[in-house]
Parts: sequence; structure tokens; C-alpha cells
Amino acid sequence: MSELLLQIDGKEVKATEGMTVLEAAQSAGISIPTLCHHEKLDPFGGCRICIVEVESGGWTKLVVSCVYPVEKDLVVTTRSEKVDRIRKTIVELLMAHALDSPELQDLAQEYGAERDRFEKDASFCIHCGLCVRYCAEVKKKNAVGFVDRGINKEISFIPEIASKECWNCKECFPLCPTSALQAAFVLTKALWS
Amino acid sequence: MDNHKIDKIIDKHNGEASSLIQVLLGIQSENHWLPNEALKRVSEKLRVPLTRIQHIVTFYKAFSLVPKGRHEVHICMGTACHVRGATRVLDTVQDLTGIKPGETDLDLKFSLDTVNCLGCCALGPVMEVDGKTHGKMSPVQTADVLKNYK
Ligand code: SF4
Ligand code: FES
Repeated sequence: MSELLLQIDGKEVKATEGMTVLEAAQSAGISIPTLCHHEKLDPFGGCRICIVEVESGGWTKLVVSCVYPVEKDLVVTTRSEKVDRIRKTIVELLMAHALDSPELQDLAQEYGAERDRFEKDASFCIHCGLCVRYCAEVKKKNAVGFVDRGINKEISFIPEIASKECWNCKECFPLCPTSALQAAFVLTKALWS
Repeated sequence: MDNHKIDKIIDKHNGEASSLIQVLLGIQSENHWLPNEALKRVSEKLRVPLTRIQHIVTFYKAFSLVPKGRHEVHICMGTACHVRGATRVLDTVQDLTGIKPGETDLDLKFSLDTVNCLGCCALGPVMEVDGKTHGKMSPVQTADVLKNYK
């Protein structure tokens, strides 16, 4: 794997081919907010909060840094008026689902997001997929998955598997940025027993 | 649906995980719906996690997790059919079968659903029963068509 140089927020950063922009930034101590990213899991690109501006070959575009691979001489800007505005809207949209999530509240403060910009639809899950992917990729148990699509998409435990595996694991609980996961688990347990 | 029949469908696709959707479609068309037991069998045989199967069967409208009737009636509500009187066709079917879109009657004879375009607008209003297209439907003709299904 060859090494390459790119620029992030005016800083020269050394990276290896195949790395994502997010990884390169983190290795240089530059922080980019994330919600669905987890170092043990495959890149997912679900929440879009890690969006950044990149300039390559004279063009500027917006990319999702946790899935965008580094390129030689790429010029990355992790914060700009545009980036901040987009992150603000993303947080406002997510807060319609999970108003009291501490992670979202921190982001709201940072980007000046309004609490009540969008009508509330308190589903609590923000579809980050951390629970689903952790269970599948790290624990290889597949006890929890997504069902349905679009606005009806939600997580769902497979009771037969959950009743055997989850009680002694629960490693996904702290990953959830909201309380949706625990609520779904308690509900599954109640319905199943 | 017994395991033997499910296994036959799976074998037809050489038990390959990449044929998951084809296998599920096969079970759906033979059995008219996908019972939980069938999903578990498919999961074991194709070695695909149940979570993945659940995601797929809830994603596509072609799959049903509740029993469906022997005959599936689709009424087109697309613009062309709509202006040509699709609502009257739908009303007739609802009156005759006693079910609304998304429902199945108690005898498991008919399931009713509306769709947004069947791609043959010139034939509107269109009703499809078990995949067979009936065009230029009037309420009387609609009743005549439904009589043919047992
Ligand atoms: S339940 Fe929590 S961890 Fe799982 S997808 Fe929803 S927000 Fe993410
Ligand atoms: S962290 Fe990149 S899309 Fe969620």
C-alpha cells in the first residue's frame, strides 16, 4: 500500500491508500463529528454528519468522509459555512426522532441547530445501524436487524436468537446514540416471555 | 407449507445464498405468503441470517408475512385509470368481496390491493387478477370477471 499526502484544514497529512478521509483526519488529530461510524465496523455512511468539502482537480464537492477514500493531493476542509449549515440541518432532522439524545444535543449546540425546526416523530431510532452492524460483524449473532423501509424502517430483534444471546452480551447497548435500542430489547423480552 | 416443498424450491436454485430473493419469490408464489417457519428453513439452508431475510421480505411489496387469498386482485389507481373510472371498479370489487385494499377475506379466496400503474394505461381502467390483465373494466364487467374465480 503506497503512502500519499493530502491536505486537511491546511495541514499536510500522510495517509495510506485505501484509508478514508475520516481515518486520515483522525490520525492527524483533526476531529470530524460522526454518529454511525465505529472503528471495528465496515464503513456505512448512514448519518451523513461527517460530511466535508474536498477539492481535487480544481473541483470542490461535498463528500461523506467516513466512506470517501483518500486521494493524492486532496484538499479537505472539515468546517466551512456550507458544511456547518448541512450538519445543522442533519441534526435538526435527527432531533425530530430523538430529541433528548445527549449526542445530538451536543451536536445541536455546536452547529446551532434548532430543537423544534421539524415536526416531531419520536421513533427514537436514527437508523445509524450501529447495533445491527455490531451484532452482525463483531459478534456474528445477527440477533437484531432492520425491517421495513423508508419512514417505516425500524430495528427488530429476532426473539429466538435474542433470548439466547443478548442477555449475556448487551454490548450494543452503549453504542446506541439514543435509547431506542434498549426500549426495543425490553419490548421484545416482554412480548416473548 | 412443509419443509419438503421448501427444500425443493431451494434445491432448484442449488441452495445458493445469492438466490435468496428467487427462493423467497418461489415460496411466495406457491404458498401465497411467507410463514415464519419457512423463513427459518430458508435461513438455515442458505446460511443467511434471519435478520437479513426479514429486512428483505419487509422491504419488497411482493412478499407477504400474512396469509393471502388464492387470488390476488390488483386495481390500478394510476392517473389514466383514475380518470377513466378506477374508483368505480375498486368500489365494485370492495362490495363484492367485502374487503378493502390490503385485506384478505376470511375464506382466503381474494386479496385486494391497489397499485399505481400497471404500464398499460391505454387499457384503463385496469384490473389484474393473478397476473392476468383485464382492461376497460366497467362495474358490470368487473363483477363478471370475479365470478370466474373459485
Ligand atoms: S437502535 Fe440505536 S444503535 Fe440501533 S440503529 Fe437505532 S439509533 Fe442506531
Ligand atoms: S459517520 Fe459518516 S455517515 Fe455517519
